[in-house]
Amino acid sequence: MTTTAPEIDRTTAQPAKATKVKRGGVIGNTGLYLATGVAGLLFLIPFYLIIRNSLMADPEITGENWKWFPADIQWGNITEPFDDVTVDFARSMWNSVVVAVLHTSGILLVCSLAGYGLARIPYKHANKVFYLVLVTLMVPTAVTFVPSFVLVSSLGWVDSYRGLIIPGLFSGFTCFLFRQYFLGFPKELEEAARVDGLGYWGAYWRVVVPNSLNFFAAIATITFINGWNAFLWPLVIGQDPSAWTVQVALSSYMTNQTVNYHLIFMATAISILPLVFVFLFLQRWLVQGIAQTGIKG
Amino acid sequence: MSTTTTRGVAQPAPAKVSKDRPRRGLRAGSTFNFWLFTGPFLIGLIVFVFVPIGWSIYLSFFEARFTVTPSDFVGFENYTQVLTDVDFLNSLVTFTVFAAFIVPTTWAFSLGLALLVNRLRFMRAFFRSVFFLPTAVSYVAASLIWKMSIFNGVRFGLANTVLSWFGIDNIAWLAVPDPPWYWLVIVTLRLWLQSGFYMILFIAALQNIPRELYEAAAIDGAKPGWQTFRFITLPQLRATSTAVILLLLVAAYQAFDEFFNLLGKATWGQPPLVELYKMALGENQNYGAGSAGAVVLTMLICVVTLLQGKIMGFGRGEESK
Repeated sequence: MTTTAPEIDRTTAQPAKATKVKRGGVIGNTGLYLATGVAGLLFLIPFYLIIRNSLMADPEITGENWKWFPADIQWGNITEPFDDVTVDFARSMWNSVVVAVLHTSGILLVCSLAGYGLARIPYKHANKVFYLVLVTLMVPTAVTFVPSFVLVSSLGWVDSYRGLIIPGLFSGFTCFLFRQYFLGFPKELEEAARVDGLGYWGAYWRVVVPNSLNFFAAIATITFINGWNAFLWPLVIGQDPSAWTVQVALSSYMTNQTVNYHLIFMATAISILPLVFVFLFLQRWLVQGIAQTGIKG
Repeated sequence: MSTTTTRGVAQPAPAKVSKDRPRRGLRAGSTFNFWLFTGPFLIGLIVFVFVPIGWSIYLSFFEARFTVTPSDFVGFENYTQVLTDVDFLNSLVTFTVFAAFIVPTTWAFSLGLALLVNRLRFMRAFFRSVFFLPTAVSYVAASLIWKMSIFNGVRFGLANTVLSWFGIDNIAWLAVPDPPWYWLVIVTLRLWLQSGFYMILFIAALQNIPRELYEAAAIDGAKPGWQTFRFITLPQLRATSTAVILLLLVAAYQAFDEFFNLLGKATWGQPPLVELYKMALGENQNYGAGSAGAVVLTMLICVVTLLQGKIMGFGRGEESK
């Protein structure tokens, strides 16, 4: 209802605008902001529900009438996931921190080096190596989880950080993105470093990396979010609850016999919190990274 | 670490000394450096990507239950088992239905959001953040919100509460396959999670459209609104649209998290990866059949990607000419 009315307003306002390219008009703008506002509210509902449910008492959540806000904010709920005996939530959070941080730093190190090598170091078989990377782009990593699990389990890496982290480090896509980026890196800077007596390795660390921090930050942010939110691989590897990441722990709440609404929503809120911080502080790089890499990819 | 650094630093020296044949020295240095940079990645790629795929193809020809070193060669039996498995075939149908819903809706929705946000003059960064924020949320967390709060089948779920204000009875959103309300749950979830991401791509593309095009159109008497959108904006977004559709399709193919968490142990409405998970890691631990399924799925996605890239790539080529 609210969205259709402004539509009409906008069309009636158009003849006046036709001469000017600049759009606007008070009515058209009101409609624009109304539509955006309604969409924005809809998008915020799930966040509102997390906060509402996590700070309510269960009888209130399941009560007869819908309550928009808790009568008494239950601050005590905050510690409940950590006291819960059925799921070791604190452990799963810690596992997620370790996995996401090491996953991100590992990918950045391994893939950026390879991307630089492919982009900049002349070698007669470089093309063949690059094709090898391109082939892996054709096969989505998720589809290969069965073979990967077979390998990791025969290495004895099930239920370990090694198993959670190492197989995911060799991302053909990230390597490809780094290669594309380094192809566009100004050659003059490296040549200057070469004149100063630095080899490829020295030039890479002293000149190329310090001048590429924006790109590294963008890739790091995206990789961290993906690492934190990954579910299928941690589910496959984390057979024992001690190796669960927070996503696997959240998933287990949904199949529990007894449902503690405020507890599982508080756990969800806590699990999202690190990423909200990442968003608040790193959004610039994130947006830039997606705009760059998404289009190039 | 330190040895490699000194070697790297020492490398240009021989090239300078042997001035009569500088090329060979440089080339040898660059060969060494090439492997120094790409070696670790390449070894990992071979061990953790190519070896598993090869092993999996090997396993798919063996009877391999509860073991990854089988001895019982069965030829194509695993493949016939997978390809005649009703659940597996149904999962391909599920994927097709899912893709038919989610790809166009996400495309249209994220483009719509981008057009809205791009026209804002105040609070643009704020609204962009609002639409983008769900990207930070995991599919698991979103599934939990959708299943436990919004589309909870009981009285106090948000959707049922709202419906009750209009006197409509509670709907069991996720418990029954018929009527297929579960599609609404799954599609809205993914729409919420993904749209912001693709919106960013579209905003970037919209800002790359030259302003002169719109000015020229205005001089030619084109009405701003549908006409300029249809004949300028949309064609200019063609490359981005192609990329977005391809990304959406591949993402839909790999859908696992929300189906696994929302539908749980249901026998219906399961996408390919969930079936694969059940086959290889469920009660039977049938790695042979699971591997055969993985090979089939991999081949399917390769064909789809190639076909789509080809069809749309050709289209784009004509456009640019």
